Amino acid sequence: MRRPRIRGKAALGATAALGALGLAGLAVGQILPPLPAHPVTGVTPVGFLAAPIADTTPNAAQLQRGQYLVRAGDCVSCHMREGGDPLSGGFALKTPFGTIYSANITSDRETGIGGWTPDQFHRAMHDGIDDQGKNLYPALPYPWFRRISRADDDAMLAYLKTTPAVSYTPPPNKLPFPFNIRFLVKFWNVLFLKSTDFRADPRQSAEWNRGAYLVTGLGHCGGCHTPKNWLGADKGGQDLQSGKLDNWVAPDLTANPRTGLGGWSVEEVAEYLKTGRNARAGAGGAMADVITYSTSLLSDADRHAMAVYLKTRPAGAEPAIGAPDAHAMARGAAIYSDACASCHLENGVGQPRLFPPLGHDAVLQQADPTGLEHIILAGSRVGTSPAAPTPLTMPSFAWKLTDQQVADVSTYIRNSWGNRAAAVSSGSVRSLRKSLDLEAIRYTANSGDQN
Amino acid sequence: MTTTLKPVDAVLVGFGWTGAIMGQQLADAGLSVLALERGPWRDTATDFATGFAQDELRYMWRHHLFQNVTDDTLTVRNHLDQEALPMRHLGSFLLGTGVGSGGVHWNGQIWRFLPSDFQTKSHNQQRYGAKAVSDYDLTVQDWGVTYDELEPHYDTFDKLCGTSGKAGNLNGQIQAGGNPFEGARANEYPTPPMTQTYGPTLFGQAAAELGHHPFPHPTGNLSQPYVNPLGAQLGKCTYCGFCEKFGCGNYSKASPQTTILPYLMAKPNFTLKTECEVLRVELSADRKRATGVTYVNSAGEEFFQPAEMVILSAYVLQNVRLLLLSGIGKPYDPKTGEGVVGKNYAYQTMSSVNVFFDDKLINPFIGAGALATVIDDFNGDNFDHSGLGFIGGAYVGGMVTGGRPIEMIYTPQGVPAWGLEWKQAAAKNYLRSFSFSIHGSCMSHRGNYLDLDPTYRDVHGRPMLRMTFDFTDNEHKMSDYVTDKAVEVAKAMNPREFKVNRRTGSWSVTPYQTTHNTGGAIMGDNPRDSVVNKFLQTWDVPNVFSLGSGAFPQNAGYNPTGTVAALAYHAAHEITTRYIKAPGPLVAA
Repeated sequence: MRRPRIRGKAALGATAALGALGLAGLAVGQILPPLPAHPVTGVTPVGFLAAPIADTTPNAAQLQRGQYLVRAGDCVSCHMREGGDPLSGGFALKTPFGTIYSANITSDRETGIGGWTPDQFHRAMHDGIDDQGKNLYPALPYPWFRRISRADDDAMLAYLKTTPAVSYTPPPNKLPFPFNIRFLVKFWNVLFLKSTDFRADPRQSAEWNRGAYLVTGLGHCGGCHTPKNWLGADKGGQDLQSGKLDNWVAPDLTANPRTGLGGWSVEEVAEYLKTGRNARAGAGGAMADVITYSTSLLSDADRHAMAVYLKTRPAGAEPAIGAPDAHAMARGAAIYSDACASCHLENGVGQPRLFPPLGHDAVLQQADPTGLEHIILAGSRVGTSPAAPTPLTMPSFAWKLTDQQVADVSTYIRNSWGNRAAAVSSGSVRSLRKSLDLEAIRYTANSGDQN
Repeated sequence: MTTTLKPVDAVLVGFGWTGAIMGQQLADAGLSVLALERGPWRDTATDFATGFAQDELRYMWRHHLFQNVTDDTLTVRNHLDQEALPMRHLGSFLLGTGVGSGGVHWNGQIWRFLPSDFQTKSHNQQRYGAKAVSDYDLTVQDWGVTYDELEPHYDTFDKLCGTSGKAGNLNGQIQAGGNPFEGARANEYPTPPMTQTYGPTLFGQAAAELGHHPFPHPTGNLSQPYVNPLGAQLGKCTYCGFCEKFGCGNYSKASPQTTILPYLMAKPNFTLKTECEVLRVELSADRKRATGVTYVNSAGEEFFQPAEMVILSAYVLQNVRLLLLSGIGKPYDPKTGEGVVGKNYAYQTMSSVNVFFDDKLINPFIGAGALATVIDDFNGDNFDHSGLGFIGGAYVGGMVTGGRPIEMIYTPQGVPAWGLEWKQAAAKNYLRSFSFSIHGSCMSHRGNYLDLDPTYRDVHGRPMLRMTFDFTDNEHKMSDYVTDKAVEVAKAMNPREFKVNRRTGSWSVTPYQTTHNTGGAIMGDNPRDSVVNKFLQTWDVPNVFSLGSGAFPQNAGYNPTGTVAALAYHAAHEITTRYIKAPGPLVAA
């Protein structure tokens, strides 16, 4: 269960007046103050993102809009490290080119963006250039953010400047030559920065256009869900057809009925964005934070709009998929019964919204099985929200199943109950296990037996 | 050196069911709340995942989830004239530790006590005469709280857990299929009863033939998925049969982890510190107000945590010990009958009947902690005790809590406990047998009590708790009477044979019975007879509350958790509506 990353800071120390309480005569022997005597002023990240901004605040409308847009942009997921304050940065984003640490975007003038002008902020969001005129790495998803309107950029900066100043400088990036040369990003931009400002499609509904604005702009869904070329830029013409990052696969979000959202209703997509769970799936991996810090905090109307837009994305070409090896399927079935059936049940139907049903499942049928292997090896926790706080979790099986067993059960699951996907090799499991650092069993404080 | 920390509004000592319930209620009221738990953090997927939760050797035999008796235990004896010795291996009861504590490794049996159970003294006195409650040196009392006062809080706990069951008395109307003897319920159970498997079904048929009133055991192993009022989700039980002594990996057993923690841990005004053991409650110079608690963390560092309120939410035995160590309330003296802290320690009176068939496959591995069909005809005062020579009673349940191979293989009368003959009998009977549990009340007795041991000390140098306990003739007579009724049901099932395991002789610390220890910090309507008032507030130090089964003046014939939870909600309601506005005694002494 995830513990809140920040806890109460300084107590107010405000003690209410004691005079009028009329407690004289009680056996306590002294008058005690009413409670709470020690209120807590700290907030959780979600509380921070949802903290009400009073209508009486100067510039309230713009600040409220900015706060909402910071949720929609999922800024907190990347701009918060474990144990750190929201938006103070320092989160290590592992890219194929090295590790990039997210920036401090609190109102701190020295280490954050408290001193930035609206023009500087807009240039960063639109063109990927910081206040010093240096190129930012596209780990900041400016190829998507450039679709955001200037008014929205201004609102976000105005809001960010009201956040508590946190003095924190993230570690320097760990990028090998030549990726450590920021200047080269200029060439990358020339080659790949094709996106334009957002233009509404007059043939589509206002809701579809709102969804398009959120999905392709601030929401930067393609940042994970669109396949990338060898330089980390979107592959042309394959929008939202499944991407891979940090040992996870961000599934296909197109109309593909097998690997994408083709079988999902608009309402099911919207429910998933709200609670991280629906009758078909649970949002684990990197998507868990997206649910917690972004989509669960948006309006129903915006989630519906995103779903409406996503449901119109064209599917890519379907590959030919051979029949799986019968022996692997038989071995996989036995492992499934032993290790998986207690939650997902023998026939794979699971318990909707608790333990995802496995039949006709998009995540399981992605061409790249890394996501499934990752879930089996390391486990996966669904995103939580005030509406669905239970952090339902698939446990890790790295300690229990061999590479071959993970491969066999993956092949079995990928080809049962209506699923159809390429067989999984033990080699791919082995290399993932290595990169997840799960080759040795680790014991925790709770592991030992006492007698 | 002791470091003084920043003050909080309320500190909770122990973080199992009562700590989680009170923590949620106080945090929702806006208080800054700190819970101190001596054991580790525990979470479903990492600490009792389905991939390894069903490990009898680790959890049942090696006590993985329980208190480590090499750090701290208690001393036990049957009588005043014996020397108490430390319990060096957990046996008769299994003390919890860690987040969720006993709420993690319970069976999920959720009961309400009968309305008459709360008036044990006055009710029985009125019906059976003064002698009925003073025979055998019984020291039974009324609780100072009524069923009707607790009903809304029982209801809250049912809704929290999603309890699966069938009401037998809805607002005074008797309902078919439920327990006709239960106190009136305002609402039906949140989820329907579990599907009764073959063993419990056979029990129910036989009991009904004898004119009894069988019904499905109310359970926190859920019959269907459930979302509770805090938004927490529980799954449908898979009948794996590993509940008691185990954590549930399927999110289908009600526990603090599944019902409260997802909500509570996200609150900014709630903090939990694990592996922090409270040594004592600190009092002001006049000893009328607690100033906070002193605790030690796992690195051996000592801290003073100032707090406006101290809530003792540890297990009964730790709560009583902390009261004694902190000098809150007058210790009980069994020789004079003076004093209250440690008084009326009681337990649960258990017996069983095993039935063996040739022609019926029970398949006990399809089980759950509260999978049972039960009769309540011989519990509490549901039957006429005239001339029987005892008060109290027991429910009888045809239960299949599991078919765990080390612990739960029943063999017939006369079969040795090991060797070839045992193996043959085990193989023959494993699939064809099950057990009835006779779950009886335990009245309080002048000589049964808790105090500090004069000799033995724990790892921190504090005196251990000393338990002086034995079953009285009242309990033996009660247990024999209801066990005989269970034998009648067994006979009516026409088994090949049955085996009766009666409650005989003195209480022994060795065989497992139940972890239903009660009393020692008992509740009542005046400070001469009780440690806490009806809101579990100590009479002597009004900003200290002692939750849990320690408040029971004697134990009824039911599993205690439902009543423990209802009392916690009842106290929390009074604290959040009255106490926090004007801290002080909630009941005039």
